[in-house]
Amino acid sequence: MVSTMNYEPVLLARINKPRSQQLEGYRQDGGYETFARVLREMKPEEVVARVKESGLRGRGGAGFPTGIKWAFLPKNHPGPVYLAVNADESEPCTYNNRILMEKDPHQVLEGVLISSYAIQARVAFFYIRYEYGDAYRILHESIDELYQSGLLGQNILNSGYSLDIVLHRGAGAYICGEETGLIESLEGKRAWPRIKPPFPAVEGAFRKPTIVNNVETLACVTQIMRRGVEWFRSLGVPPDPKNPRDLGSYGPKLYTLAGHVNEPKCVELPMGVTVRELVERYGGGVWKGRKAKAVNPGGISMGFLRCDLPLKNGEGTEYDIPLDFNGPGRAGCLGLGTGAVTVIDDQTSMIDVVHNVCQFFSHESCGQCTPCREGTGWMLKIMERLRRGRGRREDLDILLDVAERIGIIPGTTICGLADGAGWPVKTAIRKFRDEFEAAIREGKVSRYVRPLEVVATH
Amino acid sequence: MTILTQELRDKILSYVPKYPNKRAVTLPALHIVHDALRHVPHEAIVEIAELLELHPSEVYDTMTFYEFFKGEGERLGKTRLWICRGLACMLRGAYELIEQAEQYLGIRCGQTTPDGQVTLEFAECIGACDGAPACLRNDVHVMNMNVEKLNNLLRELKNL
Repeated sequence: MVSTMNYEPVLLARINKPRSQQLEGYRQDGGYETFARVLREMKPEEVVARVKESGLRGRGGAGFPTGIKWAFLPKNHPGPVYLAVNADESEPCTYNNRILMEKDPHQVLEGVLISSYAIQARVAFFYIRYEYGDAYRILHESIDELYQSGLLGQNILNSGYSLDIVLHRGAGAYICGEETGLIESLEGKRAWPRIKPPFPAVEGAFRKPTIVNNVETLACVTQIMRRGVEWFRSLGVPPDPKNPRDLGSYGPKLYTLAGHVNEPKCVELPMGVTVRELVERYGGGVWKGRKAKAVNPGGISMGFLRCDLPLKNGEGTEYDIPLDFNGPGRAGCLGLGTGAVTVIDDQTSMIDVVHNVCQFFSHESCGQCTPCREGTGWMLKIMERLRRGRGRREDLDILLDVAERIGIIPGTTICGLADGAGWPVKTAIRKFRDEFEAAIREGKVSRYVRPLEVVATH
Repeated sequence: MTILTQELRDKILSYVPKYPNKRAVTLPALHIVHDALRHVPHEAIVEIAELLELHPSEVYDTMTFYEFFKGEGERLGKTRLWICRGLACMLRGAYELIEQAEQYLGIRCGQTTPDGQVTLEFAECIGACDGAPACLRNDVHVMNMNVEKLNNLLRELKNL
């Protein structure tokens, strides 16, 4: 088990400083020295190699190795090549990127500069969700500061390298966090994800090779280049020998706590902290002296853990699952996701929780693929029926059937939104079937049901 | 007579050099117009399309994908207040807040008060879960809400 005692935050080291956003303070703390050194001393391909060696995996949800993604770019491409920063953080219960952008934007921007240099991009598009108005304005100021101090623009620090950052605001659509949805949206179209291949690294924004990276991933790039590969690999967990596809989970991770915890907050720890430790030690425990019934380990797309369900091999219960890329999968969840941990206490109905989740995906399905558009809608309708105490025995199997059939894993949709819609439904029904069956049997009506439906005009 | 002032046009055109093509300015242009006029009327869509060398249907297609943008006849109130109904907020009382706001204002989510002061909306997760339940006042997070704070906020917005 990973030791989290006495861990000194690195990504969050500066967030409580006064005026932590400003360039001056960031430079006093050694900011942009790493970028200047990289520009002076390293070739772009050396930066790519360094990031590859670090084992950094994308923090946005899929966990794809960042260096390998970068290496997918065509060799000797005449350009342009683009970096697209994915700051459309919309996975429910996730807010780590927001903390970074609001409190330490220059750490993120230094990562943008280093990464752009590594992939030889001359323009980086910074796609930020509309709901992050404060972060948008702070980044706007930070980018202006960089132009004024010659760290952006033409011939940066007389290196011959030039870079522009374009801050681009979204308009309230979850699907824009899917990398090709983001690209379509950036191009001024509806954010319908593209069929892959070609992957964005080959043909992305404006039909040019494009790397899409998450905000936390880019902050990690800053720290890897500053502190070294050995530092990064000294944190976290090596590959699980029992899982040949596991590439290990190195480095620090920003976990966000939400829901029924005493202290919902963003915590930085080495990868691999257990859910129990995170909630009990760092989140101050479950609120109102209650017990945790279920936990969502990485944004709602990942599904649910049942806290009293024993794991095989006597390793405790699902509450003891380590939060690394490999851990949640061992308890039937889709993966680590964004590292957003949401606690559900023992007084809460899983029917209400699953209804809420279905409501989200039904609202946010982009409508391009029929199985997702229709499947998410029907799952919500069935959950609404359950919530009204009119559930039928067969409803649970219908829900499972829909949840199993929509997504890129069964192969019926273009993007993973539908997998994310299915996973919470099927994990909740499988793990809490007793509760669902009892609710159907007893015709239990949810406390949230109102005589008239809330009219969804939005 | 055009609906977009020269100032708005210049602002839209200032985005053109940032992107490899004009179509990419669609979202910035819609934001600029939406901020200024509190909706995007048909005539503005035609004028945005002219500026960006697109067909109006292309701008309209993009605009209507993002339910965020209000079109002809859907002008927003002075303040747009979103109440988050995402899981983290729901677990800490969001549904009660939505109900309270609807009662207080006498409208449903998606509607604007007859005096034009407030447009009420529900939002999917706004990423303010450390301050759940949370609202979005235009584009600024208002965190750690409860019924009392919400009532105070609604009173303030009604009298702005």
